[in-house]
Amino acid sequence: MKKPWLAYPYAVWMVIFIIVPLILVLFYSVTVQTEEGLQFTLSHFQRFLDPIYIEVLIRSVVLALICTGICLVIGYPFAAILASKEFSSKKVMLMLIVVPMWMNSLLRTYAWMTLLERNGILNSFLSLLSLPRLNILYTESAVVLGMVYNFLPFMVLPIYSVLSKIDHSVIEAAEDLGGNAFTVFRCIIFPLSLPGVISGITMVFMPAVTTFVISRLLGGGQFMLIGNLIEKQYLSSGDWGFGSALSVILMLLILCSMGIMNRYEQERGGGALW
Amino acid sequence: MRFLKKAYVFLIFAVLYAPILVLIVFSFNESKSRGNWTGLTLKWYYELFKDRQIMSALYYTVLIAVVSSLVATIIGLAASIGIFSMKKLPQNIMLNINNIPILNPDIVTGISLMVLFIFSKLQLGFATLLLSHITFNIPYVILSILPKLKQMNKHLYEAALDLGATPFYAFRDVILPEILPGVITGFLLAFTLSLDDFVISFFTTGSGVSNLSIIVYSMARRGVSPKINALSTLMFVSVLLLLIIVNIRMSNDNSERRAKNGKYSKSYGSLSSPDHVA
Repeated sequence: MKKPWLAYPYAVWMVIFIIVPLILVLFYSVTVQTEEGLQFTLSHFQRFLDPIYIEVLIRSVVLALICTGICLVIGYPFAAILASKEFSSKKVMLMLIVVPMWMNSLLRTYAWMTLLERNGILNSFLSLLSLPRLNILYTESAVVLGMVYNFLPFMVLPIYSVLSKIDHSVIEAAEDLGGNAFTVFRCIIFPLSLPGVISGITMVFMPAVTTFVISRLLGGGQFMLIGNLIEKQYLSSGDWGFGSALSVILMLLILCSMGIMNRYEQERGGGALW
Repeated sequence: MRFLKKAYVFLIFAVLYAPILVLIVFSFNESKSRGNWTGLTLKWYYELFKDRQIMSALYYTVLIAVVSSLVATIIGLAASIGIFSMKKLPQNIMLNINNIPILNPDIVTGISLMVLFIFSKLQLGFATLLLSHITFNIPYVILSILPKLKQMNKHLYEAALDLGATPFYAFRDVILPEILPGVITGFLLAFTLSLDDFVISFFTTGSGVSNLSIIVYSMARRGVSPKINALSTLMFVSVLLLLIIVNIRMSNDNSERRAKNGKYSKSYGSLSSPDHVA
């Protein structure tokens, strides 16, 4: 079947709808409309160096890192338990992890709004136990909570898939050679599961750093992340140049983190979900 | 120890599902305030179906999902066969560009498409929304079909031609049945993704045309309302049903193939999430 021409319609489609849009964004990020027409400028990128915007970038990265850390700490043991031999009905368990992932992320986020509200369920429950009320909706903690809730499955699944593929005889050999549980974990299991950990980190960090829905709904619009900033430039300030520059920066950030992760990934990254 | 493990797993699942359950339960609550339960009612569902805006959003969501996933499947099927028969270099270029919408942050994909549409003076609305959905659906269709093409016996097509089949006949009766599971999985994946998408739709649609996600977002921004709970419940149930169908399909397909090949063949398509992109 030698029919490369069948891909040509899609090649045209890709040029129009994938490549040209990205070039346009790049173009807007380095030009400015003046009286003499379009001019090359780096002023949009320069504007980003303002402490206010740098702070937004740092906040986005820090919150995403915190979220990634929490996901790793919670998700690794979870994946390990699911992958362990004694745990049966794995298929159902995996299905149970996947289901919330397929649910619209807006709904998952909205669900937390109803829980965390001032008069919400969590607070009614707390006051029923005569515990102090918790007002964390519209704070950074709520944003991190929402991120962890949304992205935890992305951490669990790749780690699980790597852990369940580990050859059990390797572990037995280590035990026969006198390694205690901790040594076996540190020297055998963890290094072998590293590809999964790395793809988990990538898959949690990236959506976390680019989100604008979670921060808008659970952060109440006051904790601006880089996604919110981009949205604002296009939809309310109408400053396409700056918005495009921000998009380019975000793309670079993603590219860099992927590059870093790829360097650590072993040749056959068994953790990939695809 | 065993007990601790079970408790930990249970706890995580409880946290994963509690918010959704609460959402669903409170969509049947009589009172508008969430704190207290005042009685069972279906009035929020009733109001939901009376709401013109929501009904139109539902119509657009389903229409866009059906049309975009069909078009994406057709273009993607042709493209997969084309890419599969390409030489190494163009193949790699195609696959790398194909990966861009998957890897790029959604917000950047959405914005770049919006810039394209405004730049080319297209009125933002139904057409632009549909074009965007097709664009982000095709890569997933291709990623579902390509592994099937690779698994297929290379000489099947030639054998069919040698036996006197026309190229079209050979495609329809030999190739297509072989790769059909991948095509259907790709279609369902595209359909679910389109149904679920918020970020890209948010940027590429115009006034008057919105999908359910956009409605949920604009309502949620104003605060919590039981009507959204009702809407969420319906959306959750439909995604769940779709997911079950896809999964049953895939496990059937896998066991069938295993039986046929007599060995375990790599299951490429374990349900992974659309959300990396979300």
